[in-house]
Amino acid sequence: MSLGKLIERLLQLVPVLLGVSVIAFLMMALTPGDPVQIIIGDQQITAEQEAALRHDLGLDRSIPERFAIFLGNAVTGDFGESFYHRRPVSEVIAERLPATIELSLVALLIALATSIPLGVLAAIRKNSIFDRIATVGSLLGVSLPGFWFGILLLMLFAVNLHILPVAGRIGYSSEIEPITHFLLIDTLLRGRPDAFLDALSHILLPALTLGLPMTAILMRVTRTSMLEVLRQDYVTFAEAKGLSRRRVLFRHALKNALIPTVSVAAIETGSLLGGNMIVETVFGWPGLGRLVVESIFLRNYPLVQAAVLFYAVTYVLLNFFADILYTVLNPRVKL
Amino acid sequence: MTDATGTPPRAESIFRQNLRNFAFNRLAVASTVVVLIFIVMAIFAPLIAPHDPNETDLFRRLQPPAWQAGGEWSYLLGCDGLGRDILSRIIFGTRISIFIGAAVILVATTIGILAGLASGYLRGWVDVVISRLVDILLGFPYLIFAIGLMAMMGPGLVNIILALAYKEWVIPCRVVRGETLVTRELEYVEAARALGASKSHIMLKEILPNIMSPVIVVASIRMAHVIILEASLSFLGLGVQPPTASWGSMVADGRAFILDAWWVSTFPGLAILLLVLAINVASQGLRDAFDPRFHE
Repeated sequence: MSLGKLIERLLQLVPVLLGVSVIAFLMMALTPGDPVQIIIGDQQITAEQEAALRHDLGLDRSIPERFAIFLGNAVTGDFGESFYHRRPVSEVIAERLPATIELSLVALLIALATSIPLGVLAAIRKNSIFDRIATVGSLLGVSLPGFWFGILLLMLFAVNLHILPVAGRIGYSSEIEPITHFLLIDTLLRGRPDAFLDALSHILLPALTLGLPMTAILMRVTRTSMLEVLRQDYVTFAEAKGLSRRRVLFRHALKNALIPTVSVAAIETGSLLGGNMIVETVFGWPGLGRLVVESIFLRNYPLVQAAVLFYAVTYVLLNFFADILYTVLNPRVKL
Repeated sequence: MTDATGTPPRAESIFRQNLRNFAFNRLAVASTVVVLIFIVMAIFAPLIAPHDPNETDLFRRLQPPAWQAGGEWSYLLGCDGLGRDILSRIIFGTRISIFIGAAVILVATTIGILAGLASGYLRGWVDVVISRLVDILLGFPYLIFAIGLMAMMGPGLVNIILALAYKEWVIPCRVVRGETLVTRELEYVEAARALGASKSHIMLKEILPNIMSPVIVVASIRMAHVIILEASLSFLGLGVQPPTASWGSMVADGRAFILDAWWVSTFPGLAILLLVLAINVASQGLRDAFDPRFHE
């Protein structure tokens, strides 16, 4: 893909990102309830103090003016102060983000590691019992409500079998001084394999819950594209040349069959963002998703607004990279 | 009008043929029956439910299902933390899931059809505006968009329907726009144009009947998504407010009791799974029957 095309595609993102910002801004600007009253709470203050606070927050300006200020500040990463934490919103979000990214990455890893072999096996053994079980499994995977599946896993592994923890990111006895804030990495960097295993046991159930729908979707995609590739002439030719079945499958077929899987995985990574609000709530995972849900109930609007914008921008960029990846992997497709 | 060009697509007969294809798929038909049972349950909930879903009885607090020690057959699936009958609440909860699912799909599909037809047929600035709006709305992860809107509008039945429909319409819109772009170039549409038919007549009477199959298929597939989304919002406490029974909030209520009362969360979740699975299987059958690309 030429640089010109890439720049053109990047420029197309601008109106979308602008539109997304308008909606994220309006969602909170039009919310009934006065932010000044929320901040004041039960405190007794004078009308002048109230007016000064309103002025400081920019609430005495018109909506378009407020949007221009919001956008200008957002570009520099300034989303105002969290009503609840009394600290900059960006700081609070940055604190919670590593937990969410770590959870999403492990979920992605689980989804890729299980869906690709299962999808390939289902394609190779088309119409076998395994294929049928895999098909039913993938249908179940997309039909299971994540919050319920998470609770079932908790009941089974944490409550009944007592082999995995109920909530949180790491046990008290394993807590370590963070370096990267990704606990699975930090525990290893600090030379604490026991803490690593503890962190791993905490992340396993939430990551499984988060990754399940993605596993189901990717398995279906891999199966379908593998079946398609196996019908191609070059595969028949490779087999006719006398290459072993294993070599044909893994050296020739799989490489091409994985193109749609990788692209769909990139797109679906965006959907993990929505899923982690649910999963973090179920498992008490101290990430951004849970923070957003809590902030809604606390009417902590600046934080909700920043998080909605953050999620949407990340989602748009992930989809953009998925497009680019698809073009790079599959040169016949033009942007 | 269509006589002028000879062979217009005979929408009704193709539709019937597709329905016949669908009837041959036993699993899909069985799933449709399951969906219909849920619909009947929703309509006749007051007649079917053994108890008042909101009647609390603290003596029956966390009473186990009938087959466990301490259970009673008149409270088949046991009781929740306030001693309310879980089966009755599931039966009444069907109303919320089905009503919200159907209302969102109806509103979203209607808007999506009108916007998609206008975008695909009129082209020009109408197409540009609608397509940009679709791009922007697609820029939000669904649940986050809905959560943001629910935070803005506050919980409630109508608000959930609006929060979900605000984004849902883009999906039928994209399908209808794509189909319209192809159909508008067909000879029978050109003939209608040549005979002086108005734009609205061409869009609604000539194009729309011929693109309804993919719209129906997409609507049925999306219904399952919407039901899970509604349950997710209710689970987070942003859906229908207590004491109204909704499956998502019932699962959430049960979270507090997973150590000693597994049934409180398990049964409502099972109801969601069963309904969503049935809709998914039935819509897959519909897709196979109605979409020519899936015909063997």
